[in-house]
Amino acid sequence: MTPQVALALRLALIAVVTVLVQISAVSQVSLLGVSADLSPLVVASVGLLCGSTIGAVMGFAVGLFVDTALLQTLGVSSLVLLGVGYWAGRLRELRDPAHGLTPVAVGAAATAAAAIGFSLVQFLLGVDAPVSLLLLRDILVTIAVNAVLAMPVYALVRRSLARVLPQDPRRRRRRAYVTGGLSPISRA
Amino acid sequence: MYKQSVRRRRAVLALLVAASLVLLTAYFGESAGGPFHALQRGVLEVTAPIQEGSSRALKPLRDLFGWFDDTIDARDERDRLRKERNELRKRVIGAQAAERENAQLRRLVNLDRSDTVDGYEPVTARVIGRSPTVWYATITVDKGSSAGVRVDQPVVSGDGLVGKVTAVTGGASQVTLITDSTSGVSARVLTPVVTDSGNGITGVVQPAVGRPRDLLLEFVPRRANIRKGDAVVTAGSQSSRLESLFPANLPIGVVTKADDEELSQYQRVHVRPFADLRRLDFVQILTRGGDRGAATLRAQGRTP
Repeated sequence: MTPQVALALRLALIAVVTVLVQISAVSQVSLLGVSADLSPLVVASVGLLCGSTIGAVMGFAVGLFVDTALLQTLGVSSLVLLGVGYWAGRLRELRDPAHGLTPVAVGAAATAAAAIGFSLVQFLLGVDAPVSLLLLRDILVTIAVNAVLAMPVYALVRRSLARVLPQDPRRRRRRAYVTGGLSPISRA
Repeated sequence: MYKQSVRRRRAVLALLVAASLVLLTAYFGESAGGPFHALQRGVLEVTAPIQEGSSRALKPLRDLFGWFDDTIDARDERDRLRKERNELRKRVIGAQAAERENAQLRRLVNLDRSDTVDGYEPVTARVIGRSPTVWYATITVDKGSSAGVRVDQPVVSGDGLVGKVTAVTGGASQVTLITDSTSGVSARVLTPVVTDSGNGITGVVQPAVGRPRDLLLEFVPRRANIRKGDAVVTAGSQSSRLESLFPANLPIGVVTKADDEELSQYQRVHVRPFADLRRLDFVQILTRGGDRGAATLRAQGRTP
């Protein structure tokens, strides 16, 4: 099995498990009146680990599965989550953030982008009911809850993909510091 | 090489965005029997047993988090319930007198007392899935057409109205809650003050997106005398031509306040639903069993 096929299979498995756990468990647990949303966290983690193209494809696939499994309007979650995955991937490609808390910041930003993007699409499609300003409070609380979950979710995704990743950012950074006998200091 | 990689990345992004927009447009354009809706029902059919299994397996985890949430809310809830109890004590005394009077009057006009859900066969179903966003207030339950469930049937919990069935497969159904942005239920306020029409104050219960514990009773005239604590029930309609989806007198919620809007001929009444729609483990679907259900379906041109 080629590494690309192995990566695709693992990503598909992660997408299916994420959506099932989200629908049947996480969505039914209310914390401070809201539920955590694993989808943007997983998509952003994949983007951070695999890059923008794979991140965007993962976002599209997870969104499509969410919309299909929940009988929601097809295309809405795909559109929002593909943007999240692409953005997380570009962040890795352009900045390659090395700080240990990067997944927390990226998870919070991804959740905010997904919630705001989802709301914007809903407004564009037309909302039949009045919208309360308390929606903003819900979005903020969801961002806070997701920020707490971002680190363990990132660790799980990274662990699941560890063997099939073409380039692991952490390994790459470690290599940069391990120079063997070629350091100018050792030569001196 | 770099330019080629950039071109490929942008092409993939453009393709995915275009695919999403095409899906969105096609989904809006088709009817409920279209291929995308059929695909969704097929996926629900396949994933329902998996959802049911994981829902059962993860129940202890849900209960644990639910316990934390309950503890945080418990003090506020206790104070509120004490006030409500005192208010209700006063009203029960009046209600008992009215009930006796009602029974006497019914005997006088020879009317039988009918139960609210008479003619329906409740089917108990387990909640196996829930939408993660406030924009879609839907749940998935583990009973489908094989248990007699059909689209548009009302769904209740022990506390009151929950919503209605919006999609059905063989072994699972999707229920749209009364807090969904597309929901609207004709309702009646049970006020002690008798109105001119004698039917109570009626309106349409709609949700406010972002406030799952605060429904709005719309189209209530400004002059209507509504008090905090009044119960709101389904209005129902037993007309043979335009029968309501919901039977009459299903409890919906209790009035918490009424906003008198200056520039409108209507007042906006806030209603707290009786059912805790964020924490549902089991619901009952009011199916049309027996001859009546079959007759209804035949009248609609569908097979039972």
